[in-house]
Amino acid sequence: MEKHLYGLTALFDTPDAVVHAAEETVKAGYTRYDVHAPYPLHGIERTMRLKTSPLGYFALVFGLLGAISAVGLMTWITLVDYPLVIGGKPFWSWPAFVPVAFELTVLLASVLTVVSMIVIYFKFPNNSHPLHDTPFMKRVSSDGFGISIEAADPLFDEAKVHAMLASLGGKEVGAVYFDEADRDHGQKVFDLKFIGVLAGVGIAVAGFAYLALNVLLYLPPFDWMMVQNKLKPQAASTLFRDGIGMRQPVLGTVARGFLPYAFKGKPEEAGKSLANPLPVTQKVLDLGREKYLTFCSPCHGNFGRGDSRLNGQFPNPPTLHSDKVREWSDGSIYHVITEGQNVMPSYAAQVSRDERWAIVHYIRVLQRAQHAKESDLR
Amino acid sequence: MSTETHSLPPVNKSLPPEADRIGLILLAAGVVLVIAAFVFEPVRASFDAVILYLFMVSLAVGALFLLALEYITGAVWSVPMRRVTEFFAGLSPFLLILVLPLFLHIHDLFHWSHAEAVQQDPVLQGKAAYLNIPFFVTRTLVFIGIWIAFAALFVRHSTHQDITKDAALTRSNVRLAAVFFPLFAFTITFTAIDWGMSLEPHWFSTIYGVYYFSGTVIAALAAVTLVVVLFHERGYLPGLRRDHFYSLGALLFGFVNFWAYIAFAQFLLIWYANLPEETYWFIARWENGWQIVSVLLIVMKFAVPYIVLLPQEAKMDTRRLKIMAVWLLAAHFVDLFWLVMPTHSESLSLSWTELGFPLVAVGMTVLLLSWKTKRYNLVPVGDPKLQRAMDFHL
Repeated sequence: MEKHLYGLTALFDTPDAVVHAAEETVKAGYTRYDVHAPYPLHGIERTMRLKTSPLGYFALVFGLLGAISAVGLMTWITLVDYPLVIGGKPFWSWPAFVPVAFELTVLLASVLTVVSMIVIYFKFPNNSHPLHDTPFMKRVSSDGFGISIEAADPLFDEAKVHAMLASLGGKEVGAVYFDEADRDHGQKVFDLKFIGVLAGVGIAVAGFAYLALNVLLYLPPFDWMMVQNKLKPQAASTLFRDGIGMRQPVLGTVARGFLPYAFKGKPEEAGKSLANPLPVTQKVLDLGREKYLTFCSPCHGNFGRGDSRLNGQFPNPPTLHSDKVREWSDGSIYHVITEGQNVMPSYAAQVSRDERWAIVHYIRVLQRAQHAKESDLR
Repeated sequence: MSTETHSLPPVNKSLPPEADRIGLILLAAGVVLVIAAFVFEPVRASFDAVILYLFMVSLAVGALFLLALEYITGAVWSVPMRRVTEFFAGLSPFLLILVLPLFLHIHDLFHWSHAEAVQQDPVLQGKAAYLNIPFFVTRTLVFIGIWIAFAALFVRHSTHQDITKDAALTRSNVRLAAVFFPLFAFTITFTAIDWGMSLEPHWFSTIYGVYYFSGTVIAALAAVTLVVVLFHERGYLPGLRRDHFYSLGALLFGFVNFWAYIAFAQFLLIWYANLPEETYWFIARWENGWQIVSVLLIVMKFAVPYIVLLPQEAKMDTRRLKIMAVWLLAAHFVDLFWLVMPTHSESLSLSWTELGFPLVAVGMTVLLLSWKTKRYNLVPVGDPKLQRAMDFHL
């Protein structure tokens, strides 16, 4: 295969030596040359008389893009799409936007600047270069400092350049050749093959993400707790003829602890017929006190005076110390707790039967405390 | 960049006699004005003196921080200008003089120092174990003692090296720096809490110490940059190159951003949580004219230096660096004014009493620099890193 001369390369030991060589190369009038070093040599751009890279403007544009899109997005969300009062602050609370705008500015400026540097200036994905895979490139990527002068330079004369590089103290001065296949083919970012690979990678990543997040994540590791041979409430059943899973109690029976209330809608009878089955003991009174304070006191007040804690949000009930209530039988009070009266709802669901009777005892204690007899004072 | 190595600069140059004269005149005028301020408006003058004290702590202890930073990181580039940093660290003994009038006016400055106020105030009672006069005075003196001791040790090793050229002295300063950093973190934080935050003893902000630290480094860097550039322009510090100035400028730029970051972090959290016991501090600085100072502070200490120092050339241009150094020193003064003064006057007011204190700061510094340059080499000629530092390129 035909070989073309790319140019001459020389290696130097120190950064100062290569910078000096670059100075001399510029003085000699060469324009197509490059300096290679394993790390950035600050100030080399002045020695080589390079123009300032426009990459900074890319960073500026991308940074502004980040800032504007962050502020724009949050403005749209908080003012147009979903206005929410958060902590009593105005909808458009700019201080909260600053961290997000800052992060997005930095993110877009850094990532997109690097991407555009690689794509526009390094001509990614075209990574063929005559210097690649040469011993020279291996050295200047690890510990050497090198200079390369291209044959395409209008002043290039192999013998002259060789002599100059050698006189500057260059070591291993040599020529680099390249195949026709290695010739710079220019920008390849819109190459069908590259776009195909990019799309393939994108589809693969998206597909795996879908698989992982929507399928794999929902695979149950075992199901013998979730799936059991029983019926859940409200579920249909094929076992019973009516197709309903939940059953009615058998006619004429009562479940234990679920005795129906015999005086539904009959306060008079309840007052006459019912008697408090609980003895007056410290334990019963303590239970009554606890339940009273939990369920009754919010409206009736801690001492039954009808001084509600609800600040007028509910109508206050009358006092429990009136003559009427004091003369009620235990059964009447029990009935009111069970069925409710006027605005007061039934408390049968919250307070069990025994607890209701304990509360009745405790109400008697409260009443007695307000209307003590002569004998109590002794 | 070139291959030639730079010859060691001449040493033992002292400032012209005018420096002494200017310094003395400024200091004398400042002292007269300060005494007058204390006679006619003792309370206002005490608050001004707190600002001066915090400012001089920034210069002296900030310089000490830069000094320790050079040793602990093994930095090379800053060696030729280290003497200037050492001169500023030499301000620390004078902090004892500056703090004295403040001790005499503790009751004018600190609400928590009044026993009868503490008695009626459960919050202050809770803080009384920390905020009481004996402990307050003791720890202030201990902090200043620590600073003086470390400044003296750093400088003694460094100047001794001029004669002995002993590399072991560098190593002992590295060890010293390792000990100094935790102490620095404690002393600078508690100085900020004591002399800044405890002026409003009900208010608290956990980032306050870092906020003061960020301003401290800006002030010390600006002062060092200013003097290095002035010395360089007049031929006292030859051999410095754009690489050295770039490093100074980049550090300055970095800490300007750091300050803005911390200042905004402090504001954002208090604004977000919106707790009355925290927000009133910012509200006081956003009412009765103080909002002018708040905006001025953002512009002076962040917006302008950010834009000016952003381009690469700006950090190498000694003229722009010099202007920014003076600008940032002024900004730090405004910052401290903004921190301290709203406690004294609810609405923004400027008084003639403010005049004397900056004069004292400048006069003291000029005199100290002139005196130090007579006594010490302007370049640490014995430092083993000096040759590398002169050849330094980025």
